[in-house]
Amino acid sequence: MTTTQEIHSPTFLTGDELTIPTFRLLKQDGTLYDGGEAPELSREQALKIYHSMVATRVLDERMMAAQRQGRLSFYMQCTGEEAAVIGATAALDDADMIMAQYREQGALVYRGFSYDEFMNQLFGNELDYGKGRQMPIHYGSRKLHYMTISSPLATQIPQAAGYAYGQKLAGDELCTLCFFGEGAASEGDFHAALNMAAVHEAPVIFFCRNNGYAISTPSIEQFAADGVAPRAYGYRMHVIRVDGNDILAVLAATREARRIAVEQNKPVLIEAMSYRLAAHSSSDDPSGYRSKKEEEAWREKDPILRMQHWLVGQGWWNDDEEKALQESLRREVLETMKRAEKRPPPPLDSLVSDVYADVTPALQRQLDQLKRHIRQYPESYPKGARSLDPDVKARDDASDAQAQEGE
Amino acid sequence: MPTMNMLQAINNALDIAMAEDDKVLCFGEDVGIFGGVFRATSHLQEKYGRSRCFNTPLVEQGIIGFANGLAAQGSVPVAEIQFADYIFPAFDQIVNETAKFRYRSGDLFNVGGLTIRTPYGGGISGGLYHSQSPEAYFAHTPGLKVVVPRNPYQAKGLLLAAIRDPDPVIFFEPKRLYRASTGEVPEEDYQLPIGEAEVTREGSDVTVLGWGAQMEVIERAVELAEKEGISCEVIDLRSILPWDQDSVVESVLKTGRLVITHEAPLTGGFAGEVAATVQERCFLYLEAPIARVTGMDTPFPLTLEKEYLADHLKVFEAIKASVAF
Repeated sequence: MTTTQEIHSPTFLTGDELTIPTFRLLKQDGTLYDGGEAPELSREQALKIYHSMVATRVLDERMMAAQRQGRLSFYMQCTGEEAAVIGATAALDDADMIMAQYREQGALVYRGFSYDEFMNQLFGNELDYGKGRQMPIHYGSRKLHYMTISSPLATQIPQAAGYAYGQKLAGDELCTLCFFGEGAASEGDFHAALNMAAVHEAPVIFFCRNNGYAISTPSIEQFAADGVAPRAYGYRMHVIRVDGNDILAVLAATREARRIAVEQNKPVLIEAMSYRLAAHSSSDDPSGYRSKKEEEAWREKDPILRMQHWLVGQGWWNDDEEKALQESLRREVLETMKRAEKRPPPPLDSLVSDVYADVTPALQRQLDQLKRHIRQYPESYPKGARSLDPDVKARDDASDAQAQEGE
Repeated sequence: MPTMNMLQAINNALDIAMAEDDKVLCFGEDVGIFGGVFRATSHLQEKYGRSRCFNTPLVEQGIIGFANGLAAQGSVPVAEIQFADYIFPAFDQIVNETAKFRYRSGDLFNVGGLTIRTPYGGGISGGLYHSQSPEAYFAHTPGLKVVVPRNPYQAKGLLLAAIRDPDPVIFFEPKRLYRASTGEVPEEDYQLPIGEAEVTREGSDVTVLGWGAQMEVIERAVELAEKEGISCEVIDLRSILPWDQDSVVESVLKTGRLVITHEAPLTGGFAGEVAATVQERCFLYLEAPIARVTGMDTPFPLTLEKEYLADHLKVFEAIKASVAF
């Protein structure tokens, strides 16, 4: 497929000849740019999107506070990127697979993951689908077609290409959308994935959240080129750059990307330009590497406020509804958090299940040995002893009840 | 019963698996119309089409990442890494992703359909990067199964078992034996069990344990030992992970002596794991130190390959020393 145009002097190109524009529809005041046309969007879906964005923001704020109080070991916020994540999700069929990095809880909110389900994972209790094995925010849901998150960056990108290729062979007219940050795009797996998806024509949407930072590393130290989008040329892939704080632009771009992916079996790259308004995680303090002034400038571009202004302009939303929504979400977060905190941990046997489809004899021996040890020292291993020793369980339950009364 | 070499047996197993289930896919570098650099995938593209048997770009982490995604989706990928020496770019996908997929998701998702085939081992003048035996790196990874066949009959039966196994399997193929090892292989579908060792020769004085291409070396050493009146029990471990502790322990409880041999370097090699386990479980029955006959703790050399390898004479000497201890 290599094409050559003959020239007779050494002429080097740098790529600066091509610049990639940013697609935007919605101004911060909620009005459209001249010539821009809002994508078809029912009142019902618009409110569902907005509700999901606010619910994500409220969840993030409360859970970061809970982490600061020591109730939670770790947390990561989606703050500032709600429009990118939820707009992309709203453009998909609900049965499309989503493979995310970790800052995409908004996609789960939009698809109906309940606060209880979030909390069970965050607290790693007996109801967590992941059986308390992974750190907080590593969500997964089979019923919502949301692949379980893992910490190694970019590993999901070639997996998304493979998943999508399987969808194509199955002929079910679905696609896979893969989220990742601009930092993760520096991993080798990014290159592997885009090249394989293009060569094998997989219906996959690669959705890059370019939020300016990978922990403390600004994007100018991540790549020398004009962002991530130009790389698509090297793979001969459809690409679009979009204002990630503009819900209407993200929705319109992703809908079109999905059409290309599913109808033409071609991968698409979307680079959503946004800003990570919060710290990288609960273990990070951004004041060490960026200015308050820079943060303030982006706070004024808040994607949720932008959509709120648009909704108000449509006559679909008002201040009273906003207040009621905020209050009910805050109440719900606190209630579900209390429920999840009190739930017991997963049983000890879950330590060795799911390593393989069946527990191997060697692993069973290790578990049996552990049980003998814990029975000897139940006070030193209360979470494990709970499922082995009725006395520990009774004492735990009593102290929970006491704590509840004290509130 | 037809006679096949190991490549033909592998090709035959892939053919059976692809004919049986549309979800089975074969891919890797040069796997397509060319049929693989060793021809293990010959004619599969002709027969099953380019969508099910295809070349990939030259990127090992991509091959395994793509395969993980396919397996999570419900397909049954059989991915080929051209030489085991080149599996390391995919180490992250295998160790952090493949192996942990089911566990970390609480069994919401799994990549149990995945099989990774890769030629391994020395003795073919392959130098540093066409000779390695990396099984011990993977033996340290819960969630994987690691299998090594020793002949064509085993290669077919174990590969079919690996493809249908509910867990991801790395299938190391001893490339030195690809054409050198021939034998009768049933044309029909059959499977050999994963996780079970095989006692290939019964004996009473010493247990000699190995896997893959090293079994041929063991056979030669044992013939020399038997001529000297030493009765050897020979075990082919077949599965490195999970490995069949009970069969090995049962044999050592009977013989009281154990010689373990592999091509890979000594330090951190899988013989160390076997030796430690047998020592724990057979302490009062051991009549000699457990011997390990392995490659040296060097990269795999080209010119001095014959000197480097754990050959039959080195194994023979270890058997004699164990019995004379």
